[in-house]
Amino acid sequence: MKEIVIISGKGGTGKTSVTAAFAALAAPAIMVDCDVDAADLHLVLSPTVEETHAFFGGRQARIITEQCQACGTCADVCRFSAIRHDAATGYQIDPLACEGCGVCAHFCPHEAMAFEETCNGQWFRSSTRFGPLVHARLGIAAENSGKLVALIRREARALAAANQANWLLVDGPPGIGCPVISSLTGADHVVIVTEPTIAGLHDLERVLTLTAHFHVPASIIINKADLYQHGAEEIAQTACTHHAQVLGHIPYDPVFTQAQLVGLSVIEYADGPVSQAIRACWNQLRISLTKE
Amino acid sequence: MQIAIASGKGGTGKTTVATNLARVLSGTRPVQYVDCDVEEPNGHLFLQPQITSSQSAGILVPVLDLDRCTRCGACSQLCQYHAIANLGTTMLVFPELCHGCGGCIRVCPEQAIREEERPIGVVEYGTARGVHFLHGRLNVGETMSPPLIRAVLKAVDPTIMAIIDAPPGTSCPVLTAVRGADFVLMVTEPTAFGLHDLMLAVEMVRALQLPTGIVINRADMGDDRVERYCATEGLPILGRVPHDRRVAEAYARGVLAVDAVPEMAVSVQPLADAIFQEVAL
Ligand code: SF4
Ligand code: SF4
Repeated sequence: MKEIVIISGKGGTGKTSVTAAFAALAAPAIMVDCDVDAADLHLVLSPTVEETHAFFGGRQARIITEQCQACGTCADVCRFSAIRHDAATGYQIDPLACEGCGVCAHFCPHEAMAFEETCNGQWFRSSTRFGPLVHARLGIAAENSGKLVALIRREARALAAANQANWLLVDGPPGIGCPVISSLTGADHVVIVTEPTIAGLHDLERVLTLTAHFHVPASIIINKADLYQHGAEEIAQTACTHHAQVLGHIPYDPVFTQAQLVGLSVIEYADGPVSQAIRACWNQLRISLTKE
Repeated sequence: MQIAIASGKGGTGKTTVATNLARVLSGTRPVQYVDCDVEEPNGHLFLQPQITSSQSAGILVPVLDLDRCTRCGACSQLCQYHAIANLGTTMLVFPELCHGCGGCIRVCPEQAIREEERPIGVVEYGTARGVHFLHGRLNVGETMSPPLIRAVLKAVDPTIMAIIDAPPGTSCPVLTAVRGADFVLMVTEPTAFGLHDLMLAVEMVRALQLPTGIVINRADMGDDRVERYCATEGLPILGRVPHDRRVAEAYARGVLAVDAVPEMAVSVQPLADAIFQEVAL
């Protein structure tokens, strides 16, 4: 089984559309949507949810009003300004600011602070026309997206092993922070979907530094390749310096948007230049993975 | 006044709106552009500021004095993030897991712990043709962006208007960036992904009880699903930006849309006016 993580650094480069197209080409495969903050893959894969699980990502403090003597210790010890006082309601916790460190609960002299596990998301095991999908939904403003990413990836790997799947396709989160790191450590290969813009190039450098840091081999797909010729050449150069292979170029084409509006992968929607380019990228990727 | 520019989904044109808005507004008043997308800060590529100063930002992490430490384990028991481990013979600290809550220092009965700042990124200041510029840059491989975002926001001058370019998504980094704002402008696209992520972002802004409005970017590239959603939810649409290949190409080269395509300036000003009207309500 090969685990391939598709990331982009910057958002909006077409990462999820490429993942969906790869799913169509790799089927039957196992898919996992690690972009738990703004999960979109299900909009194309139209999954039938088979199992729903709660995600307990951490703990949160809660004031037990009857026991509170309004001494203010909790507000003094909290480094995240999550405890406020006002005359009418007394001490109050702002659940959106609480980082779940538990220091207030530990130091409350009146045992007026509960410190409980909180459910801050859900994850699902589903079936799709291309194979099983593991996906999740993080609660609004919830902490620990990295932990949720690690959890669903573990589930997907177990599923892939049980099904003796050839491919595990991971739709990764944007950025270079905690959730991205959780989604790519230990994977077989990272595919970076980028675009020939100054911003895309800037983020590509940072993402390649990250994949090198975690020793995951990376290759690159240049989407909207004809938007800015010079940019595309610079991407190819950057790729070369970082020993990353360019799998192929996809032209700038509204067909991605059109396919997405009807809930299809671009491979199913049309057999134009975009689909052909993606097929070529997929074949190239398969060839280089068998060499690795 | 602080106006945050956010979007549930990345790549909808958040930075384009924020940078062009800052440029247009700077014609009539002092304005600062604040890039809180510290994982992938891009505003500088378009505003091209001259950086005049920078300062490192970090998290306070514990340093243990092993001679004083009796291995009682109080610190490792308290730490919710497993950043301290008691191995009996010695103690191990994992600074990259530490959130800097200060609990271990407070709980240690032997005063064996002191704090030291661990750098996670930099805050840089500058000017860009009359726009005050401020951004944070997270070190590569670093997992925790909120402390850096807080450091960036601390450097904002409260006496002049701030345009805050927020990170994408709906979790802790965005929340940290937008929670102090007076208004949140959400940038979306009229597509399936655009609508889905907008709905999540709206839920977040509502949890924070902040006033909000919508800009639909590439308004002619999809269908009317976002319009219908906004109508049902009573969300004001403050602007619709049509798709223009010239704008996309200017963006690719790192040129501000209002500089490359003169008609753009004409469509950004009404957007600014619409925001002010919403804030005044
Ligand atoms: S400061 Fe808080 S998070 Fe950091 S090691 Fe101490 S208890 Fe853990
Ligand atoms: S609380 Fe203080 S004495 Fe106890 S194990 Fe931690 S550092 Fe050592």
